[in-house]
Amino acid sequence: MSTLNLTLKVWRQAGPNDPGRFEVYEAKGINEDMSFLEMLDVVNERLIAENKEPIAFDHDCREGICGSCGMVINGVPHGPKKLTTTCQLHMRNFKDGDTIVVEPWRATAFPVIKDLVVDRSAFDKIIQAGGYITAPTGAARDANSILIPKQIADQAFDAAACIGCGACVAACPNGAAQLFTAAKISHLNLLPQGQPERWSRTVAMVDTMEEYFGSCTNYAECEAVCPKGISIEFIAKMNRDYLKAKFKDRRAVVKVDTTEAAG
Amino acid sequence: MLSGTRARGVQPLRQRRVRPRIWILDFYGSAIGKKAVMAITGIVLLGFVLVHMLGNLHLYEGAEKMNWYGEYLREIGEPILPRTGLLWIVRSVLILAFALHIHAAYSLTVMNRQSRKTKYQGGRDYIAANYAARTMRWSGVIVGLFIIYHLMDLTWGMGGADFTKGEPYQNVVASLSRWPIAGVYIVANLLLGMHIYHGAWSLFQSLGWSHPRFNHWRRAFAVAFAAIIVIGNVSFPIAVLTGIVE
Repeated sequence: MSTLNLTLKVWRQAGPNDPGRFEVYEAKGINEDMSFLEMLDVVNERLIAENKEPIAFDHDCREGICGSCGMVINGVPHGPKKLTTTCQLHMRNFKDGDTIVVEPWRATAFPVIKDLVVDRSAFDKIIQAGGYITAPTGAARDANSILIPKQIADQAFDAAACIGCGACVAACPNGAAQLFTAAKISHLNLLPQGQPERWSRTVAMVDTMEEYFGSCTNYAECEAVCPKGISIEFIAKMNRDYLKAKFKDRRAVVKVDTTEAAG
Repeated sequence: MLSGTRARGVQPLRQRRVRPRIWILDFYGSAIGKKAVMAITGIVLLGFVLVHMLGNLHLYEGAEKMNWYGEYLREIGEPILPRTGLLWIVRSVLILAFALHIHAAYSLTVMNRQSRKTKYQGGRDYIAANYAARTMRWSGVIVGLFIIYHLMDLTWGMGGADFTKGEPYQNVVASLSRWPIAGVYIVANLLLGMHIYHGAWSLFQSLGWSHPRFNHWRRAFAVAFAAIIVIGNVSFPIAVLTGIVE
């Protein structure tokens, strides 16, 4: 077991309105089997001992499934290791003597709350717009009473793997949330249970997304940093459903208008 | 998504609550709609650059064939349409496609700038985005300016070289014999190739044309299309400079 001596350049920002700046910390004697967050814990304990303000960062499960943690490490969201959240990034991925630059997600829709913590409630707005299904109440249905082809189930599961961490937005030069929204839409639109709201969901979620985030230029930066390996093919699927919905919905709206006028 | 518990009321950057009544305006009002318009106008423009390049291959058949081809473009459609009738229909479609392509690009760029007002202070690394994709705005603007110059040079005869309307062969040779101008044509076409390299792949994503059956062909299509256009178009100034066409 070897230890690392690192220099950290960490973004410190006291609050949403503070301009913020980088501060340099020496992180000496870091165990290479620590996770990145555990390394920050060690740094924070030392800061507290020195009566200084610890570095604020989001974290919860620390096993790569909750989507809470996330910071831009050396210019890459979640750091240098692919398919990995910050909490699952171990210090053995760094070398002794490295300088590590740590910065929060940057997007207008993700304002910094403090240090490395950003407000991701814009994602919640997208989910609220259509990330649900209509389910009958009462006793639970028998398992497998709705048959789903294996390939479809697998694809829906791939999309559902999204943990909503926001790395896609952080990586996108346009600050776009296409990969997140596409994953959430596709996960429901692929399955039979998601069909009743398929078109209205797509329009509502995309329109809400566009109120907060940028647009897609097909750079595929999001796919490269996604800790869950979500494919940009879901973005194509979302685009197709949105274009289809725009044609479908209009006809439906016209029909509803006529009935109302007649009644 | 745990941030919802302490929502500080992030304000939307833009509102889409008021919808235009006209369907197509509502559709174009969305970013995905604009991207679809970019893709479709892109397809129209890809079709144009391909036909333009293929038509110009008449240059290798000599002055007579080339000048006949230029005249033929004016006459095509006669007598159903007046002389240059079809030419002007095609030109109108192209001008509209260009205008929409540029307007969509501009407004999406504005939208994207708003979406990250504070840049990464510690710098950022690109992982997946290739050079062509990252420079679309630059290659697009430069190719657009080149097209204006190209029209001045070989359509309106304002390029400074000897120009006679109706004699495209002589005009092309006169213009491209000037090596700095030939260089401009070569560089502009390389940039056009870069623009196509990303655009001809990207349009599949924007229109949602994605299927495991053909997805691996999308990149190959873009590379082949860009290569055909660049090789064809760059061959003309080289042929004139080296005296193959004179």
